[in-house]
Amino acid sequence: MRGKWIAGAVALGSLGAFALTGCGAADMTKQGSPYANAAGTKSVTLSVQSWVGARANTAVAQYLLEHELGYRVDTVQVDEVPAWDALSQGRVDAIMEDWGHPEQEKRYVSDKKTVADAGDLGVTGHIGWWVPKYFADAHPDVTDWRNLNKYAAQLKTPESRGKGQLLDGSPSYVTHDKALVNNLKLDYQVVFAGSEAAQITQIKQFAKDRKPFLTYWYEPQWLFNEVPMVEVKLPPYSDACGTKGEAEPDSVDCAYPTSSLKKFLNADFARKGGDAARFLKNFRWTKRDQNEVAQLMAEDKLPADKAAAKWVKAHPDVWKKWL
Amino acid sequence: MSTTSTTPTLATAPDTARLRTLLRRPAARKVLALAVAGLVLAPFAHAAWGSGGWPHALSVSLDEPLRSAGDWIVDNRDSHWLFLYFFGHISNVIIGAVHLVYVVLLALGWAGVTAGAALVAWRAAGVRAAVTAVASFAVCGLLDMWVPTMRTLALMAVAVAASVLVGALLGLAAGLSDRTFRVLRPVLDTMQALPAFAYLLPVVLVFGIGVAPAVLATVVYAAPPMARLTALGLRSTDPGVMEAVESLGATGWQRLVTARLPMARKQLLLGLNQTIMMALSMAVIASVIGADGLGDRVYQALSTVDVGAALAAGIPIVLLAIVLDRTTSGGSDGTPVRRGHPAVGWALAAITAAGFLLTRSHDWPRGWTVAVTEPVNRAKDWMVDHLYSGIPGIGGTADWAAHYTGWVLDPLRDGLQALPWWGAVLLVAALAWAIGTWRTTLTAVLSLSAIGVLGRWGSAMDTLSQVIAAVAVTLVIGFAVAVAVARSRRTERLLRPVLDVFQTMPQFVYLIPVVALFGVGRAPAAAAAVVYALPAVIRIAGEGLRQADPRAMESSTSMGATGRQQLLQVQFPLARNELLLAVNQAVVLVLSVVIIGALVGGGGLGYEVVFGLARGDLATGLVAGASIACLGLMLDRVTQPTKGARDAR
Repeated sequence: MRGKWIAGAVALGSLGAFALTGCGAADMTKQGSPYANAAGTKSVTLSVQSWVGARANTAVAQYLLEHELGYRVDTVQVDEVPAWDALSQGRVDAIMEDWGHPEQEKRYVSDKKTVADAGDLGVTGHIGWWVPKYFADAHPDVTDWRNLNKYAAQLKTPESRGKGQLLDGSPSYVTHDKALVNNLKLDYQVVFAGSEAAQITQIKQFAKDRKPFLTYWYEPQWLFNEVPMVEVKLPPYSDACGTKGEAEPDSVDCAYPTSSLKKFLNADFARKGGDAARFLKNFRWTKRDQNEVAQLMAEDKLPADKAAAKWVKAHPDVWKKWL
Repeated sequence: MSTTSTTPTLATAPDTARLRTLLRRPAARKVLALAVAGLVLAPFAHAAWGSGGWPHALSVSLDEPLRSAGDWIVDNRDSHWLFLYFFGHISNVIIGAVHLVYVVLLALGWAGVTAGAALVAWRAAGVRAAVTAVASFAVCGLLDMWVPTMRTLALMAVAVAASVLVGALLGLAAGLSDRTFRVLRPVLDTMQALPAFAYLLPVVLVFGIGVAPAVLATVVYAAPPMARLTALGLRSTDPGVMEAVESLGATGWQRLVTARLPMARKQLLLGLNQTIMMALSMAVIASVIGADGLGDRVYQALSTVDVGAALAAGIPIVLLAIVLDRTTSGGSDGTPVRRGHPAVGWALAAITAAGFLLTRSHDWPRGWTVAVTEPVNRAKDWMVDHLYSGIPGIGGTADWAAHYTGWVLDPLRDGLQALPWWGAVLLVAALAWAIGTWRTTLTAVLSLSAIGVLGRWGSAMDTLSQVIAAVAVTLVIGFAVAVAVARSRRTERLLRPVLDVFQTMPQFVYLIPVVALFGVGRAPAAAAAVVYALPAVIRIAGEGLRQADPRAMESSTSMGATGRQQLLQVQFPLARNELLLAVNQAVVLVLSVVIIGALVGGGGLGYEVVFGLARGDLATGLVAGASIACLGLMLDRVTQPTKGARDAR
């Protein structure tokens, strides 16, 4: 009976839909955001991710697009994987920093051709496991994964259920930590702080009390300036292991690769986006530039636009080339 | 919760006479029957499937089929006829409509929108509402939130229009046909008891991330109150009047339009009001699936724990809620609308026209903004340094949060997760049967089992432990305040406007202050849930206690009962139905916030939804969403009193 109602409502809705949009095909993958290009403005929608490095890219791109090229820029928070779907549908125009999603890249860039590669960001990213320097200095052998189980008892927390805690940030970030812990037979529990900000808060708290911790972390990251950390060596990355991991994510048993971070644009936007698309393709800076903006935002608590303005003022030589 | 009060037979009472009186109560007899059944069946269940969490043998993994369904949808979204000729059109219409409203709002400019809102508020609810509207829109602009506010408004306008249409049609059908009403009513009741998060995943599966799915989720969430109240309004028309109209020879249509609908006006307006408030609440939460607007600003800020930015976007949401509520509840309570002098209206109309013509810059002027983000963040940092821990004697908020997590939530969660699954099923059956019917019991037991079958037993118990603890806190505080409200008119008058405001606020905004106070984790989620559920509990319990028969009160006073005795032995038992309803509401409301608490580190089922969305792993998210729905259904049925309580809402 409920089904009948739903069916009735759906039929009615679709009738209305047909009345309004005509009887042709309506490809929802070509329908952009209803807020884009409203009232005669040229607008660009950037996907913004929650880690501060990515927000630094977006902040600077937004600032330059608005102040130098006269666009209106919208930022929408979409997590990494859904961002690909949104990008292919044209609901966002660009992803500024992608940490490597081979499955999505194959589907959208090579097969469906709805997303276009927009070149490197100029920053190389590396994900890994880190311990604080003060802990590594006291116990030099902790930096090899084979010795991690020795320290599990010291790394216990209330949330880690009797095992050692491996602190992860947001579940949306690229991570195989659960598989790694399993496959390397480590006596550890992956604990998600929930967000990168929460993870940073916890790391700082640990560092303040000089307590040991083991955390998922990545480079480039400004936090290294405040809390010096040493990377734990995992079994070395190999292409064979990487391909195996792509096919079977639960089987990963080696370190994360060092990857060149890339930008991606919606294919239509890349063709017809004019100045904005050209600008985003040319956008390329270094680890130092990104960290400078990121630290302004995260440490000095500047709003994104002010941090971007500060950097833009100081480095015209870098961004003039992008326009 | 109320375990102890509903399982009195389990306590060994040596006094047989007492036992016999107990057994005369139907609730006790039911629980006894269940206990016997449990004693007989439990060993078998234990022998067959063990006594840990839900047995693997009895669960079904839907992950694989769902994952391949998701992949199929993504691959065929631009080619299959189902998407091209059906879903594509739905999405197209929604996007077109939102775009249209948005463009109109932008074309009106800030002056036009503000004055227009004031005009509408004045017509519908009088001068005070108009002033509120003007002030609120001005604040939205001042906080530099004009464009996001307009986006949320545009999305809301489309979603509310669709909800009202769908709701009114369903309500009309249910109001005119008994059979439809009988079928529809439990469905609508259930839909209103489910947390908003449960509605997000199915639309994302079909439509992806974006405004169209956000609008659809909002419609599904906001239409039920309109349908419910339309049906109730049409059904409660005075039969005498109907007979009179009929004797005048009116046709069915005329009867509906000239008699039934006008007589149901109050309920229809109330339905509109509730639909709008629920639409706002959902439109904000739907930022998780790409709704943009104010909700997205809060979401961005929460994911970076930027309290200042979250507050800057949260204040407009609160103001929008107040304006919409004041404006749409104006006519429904029967008091005449105070509009003041008619000239006020003309003046407003003139200002609207002037604003429309004069403002060439449609956005809020760039210079007219106040940056609240930095001062708020500085204040928050000060709080982190000074209030979080180490205050002599009372600790700090972070200490409280740690104690609540360590001493209350963890033992409760571990206890629930260690509880044998058949024990949990029996417990739920006992609770549901003691105050409900066999039907509610069956639904509750089936829902709980469904969670197990879906393979989400562990996280569901985690969520359940958070709900139980938060409900306990809510009830203790809520009943205490309700007693004060029932005792003193003055307290009631003081509290009423506060409760009014708190009850209209979207769930999402409660997450902002608690993050500032308690950081991230399960404790802030619980705090938000308690604050969100309190107003409803205080209101319902307070009304119940106040309505306790004055004669009973008087006779108890004359018998020399102390205030305490009077409260416990006269007022509470007399208000039993209202108190049970308050418990039910507390459970439903707390669950809804505990679930979205996943955005601030709450864990449990809500977290799996967030996780599924974040990783694009819709299978995980969908299964978790379904489990949330089951948990909501189970909790609702376990606490649902048998008769008529729902109409008091």
